[in-house]
Amino acid sequence: MGRIVLENVSKSFGDTQVIPPLSLTIEDGEFAVFVGPSGCGKSTLLRLIAGLEEVSGGSIVIDGTEVADVPPAKRGLAMVFQSYALYPHMTVRKNIAFPLRMAKMTQSDIDARVNQAASVLNLNDYLERKPGQLSGGQRQRVAIGRAIVREPSAFLFDEPLSNLDAALRVGMRMEILELHNKLETTMIYVTHDQVEAMTMANKIVVLRAGVIEQVGSPLELYRSPRNKFVASFIGSPKMNIFEGDEAKKHNAHSIGIRPEHIDVVESNGEWQGTVGVAEHLGSDTFFHIHNTGLSEILTVRAIGDVNLRNGDTIHLNPRADDFHRFDEKGLRIT
Amino acid sequence: MAIVAQHSKFSKIAMPVLAWVVALIFFFPIFYMLLTSFKTDADAVKPEFLFSFTPTLENYTNMTDNYDYWRFASNSVITSVSATIFALVVGVPCAYAMAFDPSRGTKDILMWMLSTKMLPAAAVLYPMIFLTKSIGLFDTHFLVIMVLSLINLPIVIWMLFTYFKDIPKDIIEAGKMDGLNTWGEIKEILIPLAWGGIASTALLTFIFCWNEAYWTVRLTTIDAATLSKLIEGNRAPEGLFFGRLSAVSTAAVGPIVVLGWFCQKQLVQGLTFGAVK
Repeated sequence: MGRIVLENVSKSFGDTQVIPPLSLTIEDGEFAVFVGPSGCGKSTLLRLIAGLEEVSGGSIVIDGTEVADVPPAKRGLAMVFQSYALYPHMTVRKNIAFPLRMAKMTQSDIDARVNQAASVLNLNDYLERKPGQLSGGQRQRVAIGRAIVREPSAFLFDEPLSNLDAALRVGMRMEILELHNKLETTMIYVTHDQVEAMTMANKIVVLRAGVIEQVGSPLELYRSPRNKFVASFIGSPKMNIFEGDEAKKHNAHSIGIRPEHIDVVESNGEWQGTVGVAEHLGSDTFFHIHNTGLSEILTVRAIGDVNLRNGDTIHLNPRADDFHRFDEKGLRIT
Repeated sequence: MAIVAQHSKFSKIAMPVLAWVVALIFFFPIFYMLLTSFKTDADAVKPEFLFSFTPTLENYTNMTDNYDYWRFASNSVITSVSATIFALVVGVPCAYAMAFDPSRGTKDILMWMLSTKMLPAAAVLYPMIFLTKSIGLFDTHFLVIMVLSLINLPIVIWMLFTYFKDIPKDIIEAGKMDGLNTWGEIKEILIPLAWGGIASTALLTFIFCWNEAYWTVRLTTIDAATLSKLIEGNRAPEGLFFGRLSAVSTAAVGPIVVLGWFCQKQLVQGLTFGAVK
């Protein structure tokens, strides 16, 4: 079980309030991702849940128990750190066994759990090595191993993949997801990478300056962002957002349209402009277009290879149903 | 290119030569002391016997026969070891708190602690003597141990603080998540990880304690007198007996020189606050 309820939780460091009171519920078994630009308070929020920071106000309830005054180890949570935070002076086996030893389990129980975790994570060959002798991906696995042996009610991940190279990151992403499918335990995952958030989450929590901008499934956030911030944060490349006559035509202060919702046509397009940079990826082509009269640069994603180069004139048709309309405050108009 | 090559050629020859010259200058007094300790008091002051003389062990036998060298030596060992242990017992938790749970005042506290080293010892000498005599602590091991550890505590805390600062906070927090309390964090994580730093600190503190003369000479008479006191005591009123004095000094610095020789690496690391790794 791992249902986590935050109610009016706030955090201040001295006079600086980093998290104004916020409320959030994470259901049992959910994969929740806290995402936002750096300094938005997502890590602080995770550390509040973990108990590594004390809350300044509000309550945190895990499985019906108020834990604001409970020390970290007694909250039944396990955390995986960005730097892995392995104990460098202990072997992999001792690292994984450490929380069990602290919980005063018998040696035979410890051995059984460590061996099981090691085989789940393919660490059997490395158990007698020290962390310094392992690669980044292996260290990350040890850190996860140390978390799963405790059989926690929820896992907390603090940007666990940001120290890995791109290829490894995709692999580890899959491993963590498979682990989630297997264990069906609540996971809270902090990242600044919206692609990670979109691919991994059941529930995304978008944060900015300590404030929750929107909570929803990846596709809810993609289809109906609540405001301009979420609209431009979720999705890659970014949504095109512009004001002016085109927006007025749609009875809005500003409007947004995603690059993949603009079609490239041969001629007589609704919009036209000059190709600046064209990125030919084979499967897709990204155009960065000038002189449209809409915004400084308009980004368009075309499927397949479209043979237009720098300086060519391009004709475009936006899909009418896929416009997002925002008012003066940047809030979505429905 | 040529300039670089020339420069490196120059430094390849000149630097070692310079280093040897400096080392010899530093070593000469010790060498001279060692040499003099094997001369008779009469020979010691005569320049013609500078290098050629008949060596004698008279000074050393005299020292152990007449002065009870071993009592002074054991006092030195007892007070230096105890003071080092006490300074570490206080210093480790203190440095731990400041390194991993700093407050706004931490920097100021560190500076304040260092500033206590700037107080001239002579300023508190008489209060210390009167006070310790009136409460019966004068010339006791306890007093010497307390004084030695307290005067070294600022250095101990500073050094440990610098070493602890190098340990990532994440590892300590992982320990918290795994169920360690504060003592557990120190025992299971901090001490194993900072072992080299703690050892250098201990070694340096031990040497400082062993060499301390100002307080040990003035706050002891017989019972807790250390080797510094023995040397001081040999400045005899009837004149300077260089042979005897050299033997006593050699016997006093001998153990620490040998210890320092074997622990050079740790000492350099300690003295440079871990800058050489």
